[in-house]
Amino acid sequence: MIAPAASAMAGVVEIRNLWSIFRVAGRDIVVHQDLNLHVERGELVSLVGGSGSGKTVMLRTILGLQTPARGEVSVLGRPAARLSDAGAASRVGMLFQHGALFSAFSVLDNIAFPLRELKQLPEDLIRDAALVKLQMVGLDAVHAHKMPSDLSGGMIKRVALARALIMDPPLLLLDEPTAGLDPDSADAFCALIRSLHRELGLTVVMVTHDLDTLYELSTRVAVLADKHVIVNAAPKDVIAFPHPFVHDFFLGERGQRAMELLREYPFAV
Amino acid sequence: MDESNPRISSQSAPDGWQVTLGGSWCAAELARPAVWHDLRRSIDTLEPSARGALGRWDLRALDRLDHTGAQLLWNTWGRQWPAQLQASPAQRAMLDRVARFSVVPPPAVAPSWLQRFLRLGEQVYKVVDHGRDLLRLVGQLMLDIGRLLRSPRDGPWRDVSGQLYRIGATALPITALVGFLIGVVLAYLMSQQLRKFGADAYIVDVLGIALIRELAPVLAAILIAGRSGSSITAQIGVMRVTEELDAMQVMGISQGYRLVMPRAIAMAIAMPLITVWTTLSALFGGILAADLSMGITPAYFISALPATVEVANLTLAMSKAMVFGVLIALVGCHYGLRVEPNTESLGEGTTASVVTSITVVILVDALFAVLFKDVGI
Repeated sequence: MIAPAASAMAGVVEIRNLWSIFRVAGRDIVVHQDLNLHVERGELVSLVGGSGSGKTVMLRTILGLQTPARGEVSVLGRPAARLSDAGAASRVGMLFQHGALFSAFSVLDNIAFPLRELKQLPEDLIRDAALVKLQMVGLDAVHAHKMPSDLSGGMIKRVALARALIMDPPLLLLDEPTAGLDPDSADAFCALIRSLHRELGLTVVMVTHDLDTLYELSTRVAVLADKHVIVNAAPKDVIAFPHPFVHDFFLGERGQRAMELLREYPFAV
Repeated sequence: MDESNPRISSQSAPDGWQVTLGGSWCAAELARPAVWHDLRRSIDTLEPSARGALGRWDLRALDRLDHTGAQLLWNTWGRQWPAQLQASPAQRAMLDRVARFSVVPPPAVAPSWLQRFLRLGEQVYKVVDHGRDLLRLVGQLMLDIGRLLRSPRDGPWRDVSGQLYRIGATALPITALVGFLIGVVLAYLMSQQLRKFGADAYIVDVLGIALIRELAPVLAAILIAGRSGSSITAQIGVMRVTEELDAMQVMGISQGYRLVMPRAIAMAIAMPLITVWTTLSALFGGILAADLSMGITPAYFISALPATVEVANLTLAMSKAMVFGVLIALVGCHYGLRVEPNTESLGEGTTASVVTSITVVILVDALFAVLFKDVGI
């Protein structure tokens, strides 16, 4: 796919022969078996797979929250296990499924948290930077002093996205970004991610079940089935891939409906 | 000096100031203490005119610029564009975004003096509210027990037995250990005092009354309040945070009947039993220490004990323990049910629950001491 000399530089996420094994009630359950994935700079890759196919486990492995049983995972040229060392917020941003906002902090303090933890920058600069990020994700400054418990689901996701982006990390991971949002909010959120991806030159890896989101955003789709990535290509090539899961997922009734979108959004293809 | 360190240099030019930036203006780089210190100083020494009307800023030599760096620049410029700016399109777009979104921050709402005064009154209401909630909880418990007595077959017995195990059985080791040590310590201290008066034999009276009537029930209650009272609050509080309480309510299952009553019943049964257990291990410690320090044989101690300690003391201790148990369960449930769906409130509730239940135990113990001062002594 890429020249060997450039591979060290080009791969933002590089997974080689990953095995993930969980021990449940004395039995080993293999979730990933010889899984390979390669994400290049500037791509917007969607991970797709049935329930329990290990999408979230893979995301957690990329983040270094889960240690692989075997295999190598490197993110931005360093091993994933060392990703959460000091300064991680400037390397990778993660949007958790339910936002994971700190419930004891206000919106502004949540967004400013990674900057404040550097213990050096002056308070007014931190506040200004957090306010800019708050408005970049489409929220008004009047929400700055609200507490997370006073926010709607869509607002929580936006604040969480602003927090993930506060240090301008080159890599953004999203877990079900549009789950639990109404169609309007989901569309708006997709548009937001697309514009941020374009403006900030982010590399994005996301897990999603939502076909609309998938077609609207991804430049590439990686399908997880049978414990590894069975296909990793542009959306229109993935649809043509002969595999029962791909067929059911993309060409079922819901898939047909979402496919209409494919024609409307030339960006995705 | 490191190549990636952010730096700024200014030169006087015929028509103003030429300011050149270099290095990586990113949050992670900026926040290194020494770097930030140097940079701050160079920014502060810039001529005021260089920041605005007469400044020619050159950003082209920058390795990297992120939003924090752009914000720093924008604030340095006094939130307006400098006279001249040489920058790449990406840098310009970033500065543009920062410029567009830099607003005067909305002021955090500071309470006025009137509001602060009224907040004092709110405290009173809060106490009244706690009292009302607790009263409602007690009333509900009475109703639920009535319902249980009418149809004992349908009672939540599985919950009761589970709680009984968790509150009672798992607390046996720690209460035994603490009871034993208190018995030993008490016996040693007493023996020294009693020997002065040559009243060695009275160790049986002192230990018997103090441990059986007073110390063992209170000790057990305080341990259980810290151990199980907090876990009751945390359990119910987490159920609030995860909306499990709402789910129960929607299914028409009474929280009082399924959550509060089993815990209260389990506590009412377990506390007297744990008290007996604690009393026994404390007496064992006392007997051991009395034997070692004063030569009072265990056989004498055991034979003298029934004569010096009336049975009424035991009854009193058991009833006290039962009351303590019910109170700890009620306080725990009360704070658990009041938890709001956020983690901070959960922590506060658990702390308040333990502090309140221990205070309540000691207060009620004092009440018992006053009311029954003529019984058993």
